[in-house]
Amino acid sequence: MQGSKAEPRWWSYLIAALAIYGIWHALSVLLNSIALPTPLTVLFAFIAGLKKDLISHLLISTFRIACGITLAFSLAVPVGLLCHERSVDKFVAPLIYMLYPIPHIVLLPVIILLFGIGDLSKIIMIEIIVFFQILVTTRDASRNISTNYFYPLLSMGARGREIYEHVIIPVCIPKILTAMRISVGTSIAVLFFVESFATTHGLGYLIMDAWSRANYPDLYAAIVMMALLGFGIYLMLDRIEKRVCRWVYI
Amino acid sequence: MIEARGITKIYPDGTRALENINFEVQNGESCAVIGPSGCGKTTLLLIFSGILEPTAGKVLIEGKDLTSPSQELALIFQDYGLFPWKTVYENVSLGLQLRGFGKRERTEIVSSLLKELGLQGFETNYPKQLSGGMQQRVAFARALALNPRILLMDEPLSSLDALTREHLQNLLLRLWKQKGMTMLLVTHSIEEAVFLGKKVIVLSPRPGRVIKTITNPYMGDVQYRTTEVFFEKCREVRQSLDGGAI
Ligand SMILES: Nc1ncnc2c1ncn2[C@@H]1O[C@H](COP(=O)(O)OP(=O)(O)OP(=O)(O)O)[C@@H](O)[C@H]1O
Ligand SMILES: [Mg+2]
Repeated sequence: MQGSKAEPRWWSYLIAALAIYGIWHALSVLLNSIALPTPLTVLFAFIAGLKKDLISHLLISTFRIACGITLAFSLAVPVGLLCHERSVDKFVAPLIYMLYPIPHIVLLPVIILLFGIGDLSKIIMIEIIVFFQILVTTRDASRNISTNYFYPLLSMGARGREIYEHVIIPVCIPKILTAMRISVGTSIAVLFFVESFATTHGLGYLIMDAWSRANYPDLYAAIVMMALLGFGIYLMLDRIEKRVCRWVYI
Repeated sequence: MIEARGITKIYPDGTRALENINFEVQNGESCAVIGPSGCGKTTLLLIFSGILEPTAGKVLIEGKDLTSPSQELALIFQDYGLFPWKTVYENVSLGLQLRGFGKRERTEIVSSLLKELGLQGFETNYPKQLSGGMQQRVAFARALALNPRILLMDEPLSSLDALTREHLQNLLLRLWKQKGMTMLLVTHSIEEAVFLGKKVIVLSPRPGRVIKTITNPYMGDVQYRTTEVFFEKCREVRQSLDGGAI
């Protein structure tokens, strides 16, 4: 293994999980409150949940977040890459500067009015927020490519699409994937928010429902599931990044 | 023949980089351009390669105006030529790919070139995994893959250690003699200019003007480096450089 860029091994994940388990257990014993059950109690609730409907709620949440992220990616990346052209950036830049800093979650009522309270509005809400995160990063990346990469390519007679294929896209991909990995946390938070009302499906609903029933082990089981969902997406993006950007990690 | 005819370059921010540059390089000749840092050497090469437009004047290749990057011409840079996201093979075959060569043909040309430059077995390595000298040899291979008649080089060896540098100077000399290319080499090493340039063009500090053209008829042999004539030429180049600085 080579120092800095070595990946965490499976056993390091195990150690981290055990550490979290230990800290959680100690806290719950210290606090001695029904609001923080021991991890073992939660584990039982989790297993019981798996036998009931935890999985189907997980699947619905996964569907919503996957659609949101995919949609955001496929819209933001082309626009961000094209910002390399000054003629495109001239129009996109002012839009980004005005729209990016506002908290997009406040658009939720509008989105619901326009797209109803079904899956579509939830997906679109996630999409909007992740869209801006990916767009801003991609735009920054595509605008700051060293001219040193272009000269050799231009001297070989490359133009238009070829410049994107051989320089702009390869330079931007690592940064895009990093932006996506970072946006996982945000997208899970938005998922929770949009699922916490006007629906009876999804992990967000499950959390709110358990809370209203004051069933704390169930509440934590749903939270754990949501954390695992985030962890899974993060790991997946991490894998993709390692594979697609092999040249960065050698 | 490639000719510079009254080339002047003023950058949009007002920087005067080059002023009325005139010289020519005959077919199959090698010409070294030397001058103090910032005098416009890179600018000159970018203009010769058709990437940058001069403010005034023009470049002629075989008497014809150069308007866009020419097929007959290859460019090698100091240390930023290679694409770190492409393997050695992909880097070298890129030019061929862009010119529409078939896969079979590409493989053939690339592997014989890699063999010639002693890079066999490194096809699937990324540039990062190679030493500086090897990376620069990959850059040579990439330029030579297109079988150019004219080779433009911007301080191709300046980031290498002295030994590797001398080694690659010999390689360049061999390639030049073997392939009969026209070479235009920018350098700020006096010895390199004299070793590799049949003609040495000395530029003044910015804005670059030609202060002297020194002919160097005895170059062309690896042993030249150790001869009295060589040292004499180096002295001559050094004197013209110093003269320009005053
Ligand atoms: N894109 C640009 N815009 C404005 N000025 C520039 C630009 N590129 C180069 N210059 C300026 O033009 C002058 C010549 O630059 P150039 O890179 O051609 O010099 P050089 O002789 O290659 O220098 P060095 O030996 O350090 O490589 C410098 O003063 C530089 O600052
Ligand atoms: Mg330079």
